[in-house]
Amino acid sequence: MSGAVLLRGGTLLQPAEDRSFRGDVLIADGAVAAIHTGEAGALDARAKDAGAEVIDCTGLAVAPGFIDVHVHLREPGQTHKETIATGTRAAAAGGFTTVVAMPNTSPVTDSVEWLEFVMSPKRQAAVRVLAMPAVTVGSMGERLTDMAALHAAGAVGFTDDGKPVLQDEVMREALRTAGRLGVPVSQHAEDTRMTVGASMNAGPVSFRLGLRGMPVEAESSIVERDIRLLEEIERADKVRPHLHVQHVSTAKALEAIRQAKRRGLHVTCEVAPHHIALTDEAIAGDAAQRSVRYDTRFKMNPPLRSAEDRDACIAAVLDGTVDVLATDHAPHAAWEKGVEFERAPNGIVGLETALGVALRVLHREHGMAQGKVLALMTSAPAKVLGRDDLGALGVGLSADVVVFDAGASYAYDVTATASRSRNTPFDGAAMVGRVRYTVSQGRVVFRAS
Amino acid sequence: MIDGGREQVSGGGTQAGSLLSIADLSLEQVSAVLQQGDALAAEAHRERVARLDGRKVALLFYESSTRTRTSFELAAKSLGAMTTLVSDKSSSIEKGESLHDTGVTLRALGAECIILRSNFSGAPEVLARSTGLPVLNAGDGMHEHPSQALLDLRTMLEWFGTEPTGLSADTLRGKVVVITGDIRHSRVARSNARLLPRLGARVILCGPVELLPEEALSLAPGLEVERDFERALRQADVAMMLRVQRERLAGLELDVNSYVRDYQLHGRRLAEFGPGALVMHPGPMVRGLEITSDVADGAQSRIERQVTHGLQVRMALLCRALGCGESAGEVRA
Repeated sequence: MSGAVLLRGGTLLQPAEDRSFRGDVLIADGAVAAIHTGEAGALDARAKDAGAEVIDCTGLAVAPGFIDVHVHLREPGQTHKETIATGTRAAAAGGFTTVVAMPNTSPVTDSVEWLEFVMSPKRQAAVRVLAMPAVTVGSMGERLTDMAALHAAGAVGFTDDGKPVLQDEVMREALRTAGRLGVPVSQHAEDTRMTVGASMNAGPVSFRLGLRGMPVEAESSIVERDIRLLEEIERADKVRPHLHVQHVSTAKALEAIRQAKRRGLHVTCEVAPHHIALTDEAIAGDAAQRSVRYDTRFKMNPPLRSAEDRDACIAAVLDGTVDVLATDHAPHAAWEKGVEFERAPNGIVGLETALGVALRVLHREHGMAQGKVLALMTSAPAKVLGRDDLGALGVGLSADVVVFDAGASYAYDVTATASRSRNTPFDGAAMVGRVRYTVSQGRVVFRAS
Repeated sequence: MIDGGREQVSGGGTQAGSLLSIADLSLEQVSAVLQQGDALAAEAHRERVARLDGRKVALLFYESSTRTRTSFELAAKSLGAMTTLVSDKSSSIEKGESLHDTGVTLRALGAECIILRSNFSGAPEVLARSTGLPVLNAGDGMHEHPSQALLDLRTMLEWFGTEPTGLSADTLRGKVVVITGDIRHSRVARSNARLLPRLGARVILCGPVELLPEEALSLAPGLEVERDFERALRQADVAMMLRVQRERLAGLELDVNSYVRDYQLHGRRLAEFGPGALVMHPGPMVRGLEITSDVADGAQSRIERQVTHGLQVRMALLCRALGCGESAGEVRA
């Protein structure tokens, strides 16, 4: 056996079952070779035979590696912001072992050739890279891509990420086709006709700052439209399409999703850590805290919303309306962000702060069980992707494991990032839970220094 | 530097002497600027041009402007400073250079203060952070126009016969200022709405909902919204009219005729509802739309005085930004 690892004496977490127990995990040949529950040491002899590296996990949590269904790796085309190699190293540093790459690359990932480029071992990814290619050619919203061929080549879903599919007919056909293939259409819900020239949430803060605002209805109206389409398709066709709503940020859209789930439709959704942690007030700055006005690190799309919407996002996570946490990791170079607020690109990096923000806000501040928080980042995203081989710790499964100090409180320092970009609003922010080791497909790909 | 020791921190450590938002100035500092403006205006030419003799001031105007640009430029030159104008039509911004790089270039060329007009809200903050120089906001997007609020205040004080000394929360107590028009897009309204309540004024914002959303109330505590112009005008000690652009009415429920009918300040309306009110307008005026010529040129109008006060306020702001000699210290706050 080669590259064997023994994770010894940690607290093993099975988020899907909301269970935890003391135990050892032996990893060999890329898979979990054995799990022993109880006192540490039962696997020591096997580990020695295997020449395994022994990692002392005493006092640490050992969980399935995290899965992020929404990241931007910027390759091909924008490697000054990030590459697949650097983005996946940042993923590893954040405890992620699987990331789903969005297609808004340059060129757009809308063909089998570019999908294979993204997933190729030549990209030297540190963790598993899955991909959702574009649902329409060039993400122009008009003509569907060759979804069957892309699916056969490994697509785990389809999305025009960042650009909503606005035309009803195109979205209907996309849902129907993806439904037949058994994968989701992942929608960036924004009626861009309502957000022309807007750079933040519409409301008192945007008024004060003199910035054009995006109304919450721009998000909810698309979600409501897509849900109507789902119902029509279920009724008319013998197919059950799966709509996945990206980074939901408004109470109105969450309520529409809640109702759709009650009606039994196959809708899932994600919320980003920043939308449960921050509000649009951050853009107004705070002289007392020496934070600046118009700080472009707080500019993303969907934008940071009001406190009411932020609270609705948290409530929807707590009541199960939200299926998964997703970072929407969106790297940009400092010079690209260092411009006027309205001219700055949208997006923040998020892979290395996801666990720390999620545990702080959801577990520490809102009392959500730690296992349930982890489920949002492991078993639940695996389910959204239809990948029951991921998001769990089990003998024979791929050895995708994160070892973290669940009780660690610290301030995030972006200078240590593995990403090529540093555009985070969380530099210096309080975090709970620090990743110590990440094992991807049996290899230790991250060790905290 | 005037009042330098008491400079408030604006937006995380902006250079002392910058003026990015009117909210960054204490009333003490506002007093000092207005008094120094008066003092500089009264000074003999020879003394005044010595104040910033040889200093370098860059005017960076990314948006067309006649009044504000000329006012700042003449203010700088009146104090003896060298000025250079970079405008949108003749600059590297057209070639895609960033504000950061332009600012750093101006600094390398010796600019000691930059006056910025931009159609992007918050642009002065970017420039101040990039250059570390004092930056004077000459209007940023829909955000603020702080020097305009200062000159407006100077004009009001003159009308009320109040000296600009020792300004306090009671200076405008009992006075009602009605700001009417396209408040949604107006940086002048935002700066005035932030400044005047701090001096005790009751500020009533007036306009149709399309141009004046309820969110405007969040600009400052105590603001009021009144949709009925005549009801507002009846209470006004000051009627500040704002420019209304025809293209902004297009697409709204409003047409020009209904706006004129409901919100235009014309002679008959002023005589009936605001016979004693001071009439102001930041310019440029659209005569016949938000205001008629008889009112703009009438006895209650101080629109020209606003322009004159603009020059002296901007001289004082440049002095504050660059420091211009101890004899101006007689008006220290």
